[in-house]
Amino acid sequence: MRRVLSALILLAVFGLATFWFLTRPDFLPDDALAGLSADTTRGEQVFNAAGCASCHTAPNAEPGDAPVLSGGQEFPSPFGTFLAPNITPDPVQGIGGWSALDLANAMTRGISPQGAHYYPAFPYTSYARASLQDVVDLRAFLATLPADATPSQPHKIGFPFNIRRSLGGWKLLFANDDWIMPATDATLERGRYLVEALGHCAECHTARGPLGNLDLDKWMAGAPNPKGKGNIPGITPAQLDWSAQDIAYYFETGFTPDFDSAGGQMARVVENLSKLPASDRSAITAYLKALPAGQ
Amino acid sequence: MTRFAKFSAAALGITLLAGTAFADGHVNAAVKARQSQMTLYAFNIGQLGAMAKGAVDYDAAKASAAAANLAALTALDQSALWPQGSDSDSFMDSNAKPEMWQNFPDVMTKGKALADAAMVMQTAAGGGLDSLRGAIGPLGGACSACHKAYRVPQN
Repeated sequence: MRRVLSALILLAVFGLATFWFLTRPDFLPDDALAGLSADTTRGEQVFNAAGCASCHTAPNAEPGDAPVLSGGQEFPSPFGTFLAPNITPDPVQGIGGWSALDLANAMTRGISPQGAHYYPAFPYTSYARASLQDVVDLRAFLATLPADATPSQPHKIGFPFNIRRSLGGWKLLFANDDWIMPATDATLERGRYLVEALGHCAECHTARGPLGNLDLDKWMAGAPNPKGKGNIPGITPAQLDWSAQDIAYYFETGFTPDFDSAGGQMARVVENLSKLPASDRSAITAYLKALPAGQ
Repeated sequence: MTRFAKFSAAALGITLLAGTAFADGHVNAAVKARQSQMTLYAFNIGQLGAMAKGAVDYDAAKASAAAANLAALTALDQSALWPQGSDSDSFMDSNAKPEMWQNFPDVMTKGKALADAAMVMQTAAGGGLDSLRGAIGPLGGACSACHKAYRVPQN
């Protein structure tokens, strides 16, 4: 009996150690950003392409030219409600004290400077594909935005999803920086970068599995609206039959071919896309047109 | 229960039912009417947008006519189009979030912004393609500002 007990304890300790090992934060190497220098102007383009203001401004705030990224917007999910944090340059409540490497670990690895896993409501699963040069430039631009001392609000998450450590296991299963679609020329490659990395379009336009992971077999084929009534539309050529000109014009002005106008979260996305170079809007359009037709 | 009480109860029931039916019909008509107004916005912006986009040739007279229509539409009194109980939670065909009725001053501000943008377009539309193009961005922004805050996804 005692032997069985010891064996069980040993097994439990071994199991815990394995869990601890597998779920540890996987930081970038310390010298990951060596040789990269920051360009604030490029950083503003990265900021718009990555859509930071869409989620990190206060609820109902109009972003304007120098948005205050004080957080507080709510993102309901089957696991609980996530609240966007303060990412202004405030050194205490915001991320003013972060190094570029801290931001790179947050965006591409989903890890806080203290080594805690972030919930994938923060789309690091997409930003994992971003270039570290873009992250360095983005950090320089974020530092130019107004600071705000509003404290970040805690997520409203119940047991067992409030155990952040287990996100390490989730990442092992679902997070990587592989591209989803092939890109056969420079335009498609740029479009893919904007869609799959910075723009994180799939986070809303692709349905999720039971653990909140994107269902890659239904890439961009639409999903239920996590905020209530309606659906996030599919945007593969099977569902979105607009001409390339119409799609690019929508990104520029928010007008659909019927001259309805973008609403909800997509209106925020259009605000960002309208600030990108026309060539970037065309590249995103080319990517969408090249998607497999879908369901 | 007396015969009179039975009769009264039945009468009351019928009145309540009829009242509900009236309320539903009333809400239904208002929702249809405001959606029709949106369609008229879209049709007239579409005339301007097709030129801005380069899908049809610029025509100063047609552009001015569409812009004048739009300005007139945005000036209509809409107070009867948004009755209580016509939000997306209360009425199936409605895409208007309940927040609209909780943030009424903001809704009025956004409506005023649309009317202002339409007036700018009315001046700009006949003044050449570049002038039209310059005015259509703010117009789209005014549409989206309200859709962003107060419309549920439709698909």
